[in-house]
Amino acid sequence: MNPIAPILEVRRITKRYGAVTANDQVDLSLYGGEVHALLGENGAGKSTLSKVIYGFTRPDSGEILLAGKQVVVPTPREARALGIGMVFQNFMLIPALSVLENIALFLTDLPFIVHPKTIEKRIREFGERFGLVVDPSAPVRQLSVGDQQKVEILKLLLAQARVLILDEPTKVLAPHEVSALFRIFESLKAEGYSILFITHKLREVMACADRITVMRQGRVVGGFGPGEADLDALVTMMFGGQEAAEQLEPAERAVPPSGVGSILELRGASCPAQGSETVLRGLDLTIGAGEIVGVAGVSGSGQKELGDLILGLRSLSVGSKWFCGVDASSWSIARMRENGVAFVPEDPLLMAAVPGMSVRENLVLGTGSRYWKGVSVDWSALETAMGESFHALAFPVPRLDPPAGALSGGNLQRIVIAREMAHKPKLVVALYPTRGLDVRSATSVRDLLRRAREGGSGILLISEDLEELAEMSDRMFVLYGGALVGEFKRGEWQLEEVGHLMTGSRGAAHA
Amino acid sequence: MPESRLAATLRNSTALRSMLRYSAISLTALAVFAAILLLAGKNPLKAYVDTFSYTLANAYGFSELLVRMTPLLLTAVAVALPSRLGLINVGGEGQLYMGAWLASAGALLFPGAPRWALLPLVAVMGFLGGALFAALPGVLRAAKLVNETIATLLLNYIAPLIVSYSIFGPWRDPGSSAYPQSPVFPEAALLTSFFNTRIHAGLFLALAVLGAYWLLLEKTHWGVEMRAIGGNAEAAQRLGIPVAAWIVVALAIGGGIAGLAGMGEVMGVHGRLRQGLSPGYGFTGFLIAWLAGGRPLGILFMAFLFAIITSAGDTLQITQGLPYAVVNILLAVILFIVLARRPMRGASK
Ligand SMILES: Nc1ncnc2c1ncn2[C@@H]1O[C@H](COP(=O)(O)OP(=O)(O)O)[C@@H](O)[C@H]1O
Ligand SMILES: [Mg+2]
Repeated sequence: MNPIAPILEVRRITKRYGAVTANDQVDLSLYGGEVHALLGENGAGKSTLSKVIYGFTRPDSGEILLAGKQVVVPTPREARALGIGMVFQNFMLIPALSVLENIALFLTDLPFIVHPKTIEKRIREFGERFGLVVDPSAPVRQLSVGDQQKVEILKLLLAQARVLILDEPTKVLAPHEVSALFRIFESLKAEGYSILFITHKLREVMACADRITVMRQGRVVGGFGPGEADLDALVTMMFGGQEAAEQLEPAERAVPPSGVGSILELRGASCPAQGSETVLRGLDLTIGAGEIVGVAGVSGSGQKELGDLILGLRSLSVGSKWFCGVDASSWSIARMRENGVAFVPEDPLLMAAVPGMSVRENLVLGTGSRYWKGVSVDWSALETAMGESFHALAFPVPRLDPPAGALSGGNLQRIVIAREMAHKPKLVVALYPTRGLDVRSATSVRDLLRRAREGGSGILLISEDLEELAEMSDRMFVLYGGALVGEFKRGEWQLEEVGHLMTGSRGAAHA
Repeated sequence: MPESRLAATLRNSTALRSMLRYSAISLTALAVFAAILLLAGKNPLKAYVDTFSYTLANAYGFSELLVRMTPLLLTAVAVALPSRLGLINVGGEGQLYMGAWLASAGALLFPGAPRWALLPLVAVMGFLGGALFAALPGVLRAAKLVNETIATLLLNYIAPLIVSYSIFGPWRDPGSSAYPQSPVFPEAALLTSFFNTRIHAGLFLALAVLGAYWLLLEKTHWGVEMRAIGGNAEAAQRLGIPVAAWIVVALAIGGGIAGLAGMGEVMGVHGRLRQGLSPGYGFTGFLIAWLAGGRPLGILFMAFLFAIITSAGDTLQITQGLPYAVVNILLAVILFIVLARRPMRGASK
């Protein structure tokens, strides 16, 4: 194979989802025997591009060239026939079946048939050659996540893929598994395979990539050849650096009203984790009345765990939690809510509403015993109070009888917010409150958080959208690996610095 | 146009619709079962006529239906209530036995107590027996240690052994040496019978429990919380509803209701504690609750239907010389029809 010409090339790929342009005129070339990192924040469009290449999604325009020839990839099946394979963020394995059976199943839709004995031989052969050793007869459910990933890669190799796309393969891995994966990359590279490695972690890119393409907001914003990349340049590219910081000059007052105490305080708070959760370590955090405290971080840094800790869903192993000057370390979530903590979640249908119950019943959920009357609920008092809340928020009052599950996402979010805001919360915990909302709904949620701040509430805004955080926060913390690694006041932060901290490419600035 | 008006009425009336649904299920099941009887060389028509004349068309037979329906109503509610929280209680049988056992203990411990004191005591102990027996799986589930389906199922094997131990050992009636059973309970502990039949006060208790179940779930704030847990446990947790506590309480109430069924059997039907006091009422109750989708009227209808079916077993045994187990075929057929009609979603609606 000619080492100069790319194996795979995509040109001017554009893909729109409604108003969102997920890929905007994207170009990318992949050469034989290289690890090519595709780097970008959440929502940059990396997954979309990989799905286009794999035939999972059809681009609106643009072309794909394989070994110099233009190809059409209408479905993943064609992609596999062309030697392109992909490992998705969520593995596509059947837990109850053995490794061998899973691989055999994957091979059946290819235009050749292989005997199980041959497959087994090949699994062992490839396994040894590339450090992908797994027991072919072991049921997949008994395998560690790292080994399952090996099976996914073996699947592609046995299907004779030459181009391997891995979408955030390290997200689910423990650190030692990550280094094992990079060793696998090395040996694959040595035999001429091409790997498109998608991630948003800078360190990993520096550790294993030959070339790097950076995407931001659907566009390719830069690339680096072997040995060219350095961390600062990457961070600037990923997050938009100076440009974005200038756009986001503080527009409003930044100082919280004087003379108000802290609403919530964490002192050296640590909290254990189970499974894939993140351990929180020694968090010190204060949220004052009338301020928005932003928490930045790449996904899986402990955001949900932090929110849950504050809400009272997790208990502290070390340290303490104070609410309005009272030790609230051992308060239940019910008690926290009763004392004025509200929660605006990412996905209301999952976290804050019961789809099968009526809107009316959903409005009473989570209000504790406030509207109890004898053994029943004082529905008219509830409707009056909630009606006022809807008015105050300038939301239309919804029909109360239909089930919550019948509402659109935006409408449901309004109902949840009206309920949460009805009793003038002292603290609002907002966990990715605008994720998945259309632009208008997102703007109205942000307005609402600002108005709650004007009303004297303290607000914790957890988000992965740096621009949103920069726009909203009075102070901003960076969460990385379950620890707070940086604190900035409004006007003092540089997005580049924040980006470094978020991706762990530099230690704490104020440690 | 009268036809379309009728059609519209049918479409809009849930009660009518479910009546139709249940009738259709019953008729299909009867047709399939008829085919099976034919294969067995019996005359299905005669079998059905016999069953009809021995049960519905006969005052004594009808009263026996209501006697049989009493524990079925209770064991069905015992399953339906936890199912509204997404809990699967398959331990009705064991809970029934423990209710019977503890109620018996009450009657045997205070033989001289007056009726006004003993009767409520026995009822409360019957409830407690089932409630405590179901609270154990509840606690294990709430602590995320053991799935409640497994735990309640396994406990079914223990409860009858506790009853057996008691009547072979400490409670054995010296008067009936050949047959292991407790002495007859004092009159003051026995439930009143009515109309010179075996229909006892338990029937009215069961109907009251069914009504209370509906009120609790639909009309109280506790019901709102319980249904929220069944509808979205994660959200319920996040909204401050005490999910773990409700899991224990709901299973305990369910178990207590099954315990009342056991109490009714010993205090209303047998008058003493003996082995085999339930021919699987707990399991049939599960089927009833499941088929009725937890709806109170559905439970009422299905309990009645299952009372007929199980009576049919006795009738066919006598008149056609068929083993009682043929009834199980009919039950399986019904279950199969229902399963084929809708995707499996547990006993909740
Ligand atoms: N199926 C889809 N429908 C609508 N919007 C989508 C869809 N897939 C992706 N998007 C949007 O496209 C943008 C890019 O998403 P994605 O490619 O998943 O980013 P990344 O993988 O870099 O995090 C996001 O704004 C996302 O919301
Ligand atoms: Mg992605």
